[in-house]
Amino acid sequence: MLIVLIMAVLASGTALATTGKRWQHGWQCFLVPAPAAVSFLLVTFAAMPEVIRQGSIAYTAKWIPQLDVELALRLNGLGLLLLILVTGIGALILLYAVGYMKGHPQATRLFLLLYLFMFSMAGLAIADHMLLFFIFWELTSISSYFLIGFQHKEQSARQNALQALIVTGLGGMALMAGFILIAQVTGTWNLSELPALSGQIQTDALYVPILILVLLGAFTKSAQFPFHFWLPNAMSAPTPVSAYLHSATMVKAGIFLLFLMLPVLGGTGLWTWLLTIAGAITLLTGGAFGLVQHDLKKILAGTTVAVLGLLTLLLGIGTERDVLAALVFLFGHALYKATLFMVAGSVDHETGTRDTRILGGLYRGMPWTAVAATLAAFSKMGLPPFFGFLGKEYTYKASLESEYQWLLTTILIVGNAIILALAFKAAILPFWRKAIHPLPEKLHDVPWSMRLGPILMAGLGIAIGTFPFLIDPLISSAKSAAMGYSVQTEIKLWHGLNLPLILSALTLSAGLCIIVSREWVENMLRNVTIPGPAKVYDILMDGMVRFAIWQTRLLQSGQLRNYLLIIVGVTTALISFKLWRFGGISDLSLRGINSPELVVITVLMAIATLLAVTTQSRLTALIALGLVGFGVAWIFAYFSAPDLAITQILVETLTVVLFAWVVYKLPQLRTLSSRRTIITDAVVSGAAGILITILVLKSQTLQLGSSISKTLSEWSLPEAYGANVVNVILVDFRAIDTWGEVCVVTIAAIGVWALASGNGNSKDRKSK
Amino acid sequence: MNSTILNITARYLSPVIFLLSLIVLYRGHNYPGGGFIGGLLAVSACLLVVLARGWEVTESKWWPDSITLLVTGLAVTAVSGILGVLAGEAFLTGLWLPALDVPLLGKVKLGTPLLFDLGVYLAVMGFSLKCASALGQEDWS
Repeated sequence: MLIVLIMAVLASGTALATTGKRWQHGWQCFLVPAPAAVSFLLVTFAAMPEVIRQGSIAYTAKWIPQLDVELALRLNGLGLLLLILVTGIGALILLYAVGYMKGHPQATRLFLLLYLFMFSMAGLAIADHMLLFFIFWELTSISSYFLIGFQHKEQSARQNALQALIVTGLGGMALMAGFILIAQVTGTWNLSELPALSGQIQTDALYVPILILVLLGAFTKSAQFPFHFWLPNAMSAPTPVSAYLHSATMVKAGIFLLFLMLPVLGGTGLWTWLLTIAGAITLLTGGAFGLVQHDLKKILAGTTVAVLGLLTLLLGIGTERDVLAALVFLFGHALYKATLFMVAGSVDHETGTRDTRILGGLYRGMPWTAVAATLAAFSKMGLPPFFGFLGKEYTYKASLESEYQWLLTTILIVGNAIILALAFKAAILPFWRKAIHPLPEKLHDVPWSMRLGPILMAGLGIAIGTFPFLIDPLISSAKSAAMGYSVQTEIKLWHGLNLPLILSALTLSAGLCIIVSREWVENMLRNVTIPGPAKVYDILMDGMVRFAIWQTRLLQSGQLRNYLLIIVGVTTALISFKLWRFGGISDLSLRGINSPELVVITVLMAIATLLAVTTQSRLTALIALGLVGFGVAWIFAYFSAPDLAITQILVETLTVVLFAWVVYKLPQLRTLSSRRTIITDAVVSGAAGILITILVLKSQTLQLGSSISKTLSEWSLPEAYGANVVNVILVDFRAIDTWGEVCVVTIAAIGVWALASGNGNSKDRKSK
Repeated sequence: MNSTILNITARYLSPVIFLLSLIVLYRGHNYPGGGFIGGLLAVSACLLVVLARGWEVTESKWWPDSITLLVTGLAVTAVSGILGVLAGEAFLTGLWLPALDVPLLGKVKLGTPLLFDLGVYLAVMGFSLKCASALGQEDWS
C-alpha cells in the first residue's frame, strides 16, 4: 500500500501543478514542490527501511485477469535508488523551476509536465509487470517530448523534441518486443521472477533477439552510441527540464533497465561485448563532443553522454565490483550533474548568455551559485573527499580486475580526464577567471528558490563523500537487486595508497593537461568530422517525408471523385477476389426476391439512377437520387424491416434538405471530365453495382456459418426486456459497437467543425 | 427565405415533431424506433425551424450548441456503460429498474439501455446539426 500512497501523492502533485502559476511569491514557492518532497520523505523514511530489511515491498491488484496482466508493483533496492533520485532531485528541481519560470505565462504547463514526468519515472521504478514497465517507459518518452519541446514556437525545439521522441519511442517498441519474447520463453511477465529463470532464457534460441531488442530500448533511452545524438539536441528544453531529465532521471532509465537485466540477460560474451564497446565509444564521443562546445548546457550534455557510456561499460563487465562502481558513480553523477545544470540555468537567467567564451568573474555577483558550482565541479572532477571521487575510485578498482584491464582502464582514464576538463570549463571558469567581457550592470545572485537546490545537492555531494557509510544500506540493497542475490557492501573513502589512487592522480594530471591545452585540443577535434548517426537519422527522416509526400499526392488528390474512385475501386477489387475464392458466380438464386412489386420498384430505381447520372441540372439529379433512396426504404418496408425503413426515409429527407442548402450556391453542372475519365468512372461504378448484385443473389444460397439472427430474436425479450430486436442489438447486445460508432461520429463532427471553420471564408474568421 | 406559410407551419409542426422524436426514442425498445431514429426526427424539427427563420435567429438560442449536444451524448453513453461496471458487471451491461406504474403512460420501464439510447439520440442530433450548420452557414462566395 505504501507504494500506492507514494504514487498517489505524486499524482496529487499534477493536480496541484494546474494552479502552479499562482504560487510563485514568498513562502508559496514551496507549495508546488511539496507533493514531490512529501513523496521523497515517504520513500526515504517509510519505504527505505522496509526495502532494506525485506529486499523489496510489493503490491498487486487485478487489472486484466483474462490477459494475465496485473497491476504488479514491486520496489526493490534498485527501484529505491531511482525513486529517491526522482523524487528528491525532482522536488528541488521543481523549487528551482518555480523561481526560474517566475512571470512566464506558461509556467503552469511546465510544472504539470514535470509532475507527469516524475510520475512516469516513479512508475518505472516500481513496475514489476513488464507491460506496466513498458507503459511507464513510453510515458517518460512522451512527457519528455513535451518538455523538450516546451518552447514550441521555436522550430529547433520542435524538431529536437520530435527527434528525441522518435529515437526513444522506436527503442521502446523494440523493448516491448523483447519483453514479449521474454514472456514467451519464461511464461512469466514479472520482472522480479526473471533472475531465477536466467538460465532458461540464456540457453533459449531466442536469447540473441531478446538481448538485442532489450538493448535497443536501453541504448536509445540512455543515449548510447550510435543513438547518442538526440541528447545534446534535447538541450533546447528549458534548463530545469534539462537538469531533471538529462542528469538524474530519464537518461538513467536505460541504465536502470540494464541494471535490472544484468542478472537476467547478463554474463554472456555477447552482453559483455555489446555493452563494453558501445559504452566505451559513447564515453569517448560524448567527451569529444563536450570539448568542442561553448554552450554551458551542451558541454554538460556531452559529459552526461560520456558518463552514461561509462556506466554502460561497467555494466557490460558486470561483476559485483562493477555494479558497485556503477551504482556509486550513478548516484554521485545525479547529484553533481543536476546541480551543474541548475547553475548553468542560473547563469543564463542572470547574464542572458551561456557562452563560456564570454562568461567570467561571476563569483562577484553570484557568490552562492559560485560556491555550489565549485563544489559540484570538484565532485565531478573526482577530487577527494567528494562523492565523485568515490565513484571514480571504485570504477578503477573494478576495471583493474577485468579481463582487458589495461585497455579498459586507459579508456576510463581518458574519459575521466575529459570529464574533469569539462567540469573545469563549465563550472569553474565562468565564475573564477577574470571577467573578459563587462558584466551586466547590476549582476546579482538568483532568488533563494533557485539557490537552495544547487547548494543542498552540492553539500550532499561533499557530505556523502566524507561519510560514505551513510549510503551503505541503500547501495547494498540496490546491488543485491542488480546481482540477483543478497550482498552487503561497505563503501570507504580511504583505501590506502593503492593503484586506483595513483590512477586518480594520473587522471587529474591528464585532465589538467587537457585544460591547459584546451584550445589546441578544441581545434584538433573541430577538424575531425565523422559522418555520424545523426546524418543517418536525417536521411531516414527525409526519405520518410518524401515517401509520404509521394503517396499523399498519389492518393490524396483533394478531389472527391478521386477519393470515391479509389475507395469504390479497391473495395470492389478486394471483395471480388474473396468472391472468386468462394466459387465465383455459381449458385445464384432469385429465391424470395422475384415478386412483381419488387420488379416494378427496381425498374423505377434504375430509371432514376440513369436520370441522376445523365441530367445536366443539379436539382433533377438531387430529386432522382432521393427517389432511389425512397425506393430502398420501400424495399426495407416490404421485407418487414420498419426500423431500417424509417431510418432510411429520415436520412434521405435530411440529405435532400442539406443538399438543397448548397445546391443553388454551386456552379452549374458542366461536362468537365474527359471521355476517358467518364469511361473509367462508369466501369468502376458498374463493376461495383454488378458485384453487389451478385453478392445479394449469392447470399440466398450461401450460408457460411450458423445464423445468429434467430438466437438474438429469442434472447431479446427474456434477456434484454425488449421486443424490438433491432434496437436491443443496438443498445444492449452489441452496445459496445454502437458506442464505438458514437465516438466515431463525435470525431467526424470535430472534423466537420475544423473544415468549416478552417475555410478562410467562414463567418467565424470574418468576425475575428 | 421568408415565407409566412413555412413560418406558421414550422411554429406548430416543429414542437410536434420534437415530441414525436421523444416518443420514438422511448418506445424504441419494444417497437420500431430508438435513439438513432429519434435523433434524426429531432434534427428534422430543428431544421424546419431553421428553414423558416434562418440560422441567425436559431443558432444557440433554440437548442444547445451542436458540439455540446454531441459531447453530452458521448458522456451519457459512457455513463450508461460505467453504471454496469459499478454494478460489478461488464462495461455496458444493461441494468433495469423495476417497472413503475405511471398514470396515462402505463407501465414504464427504465434502464441503462434507454439511457444509452438517449446518448445516441443526442449524439446523432449534435452531429447532424453540426453538418447542417457547416453546410448551411458556409459563405460560398
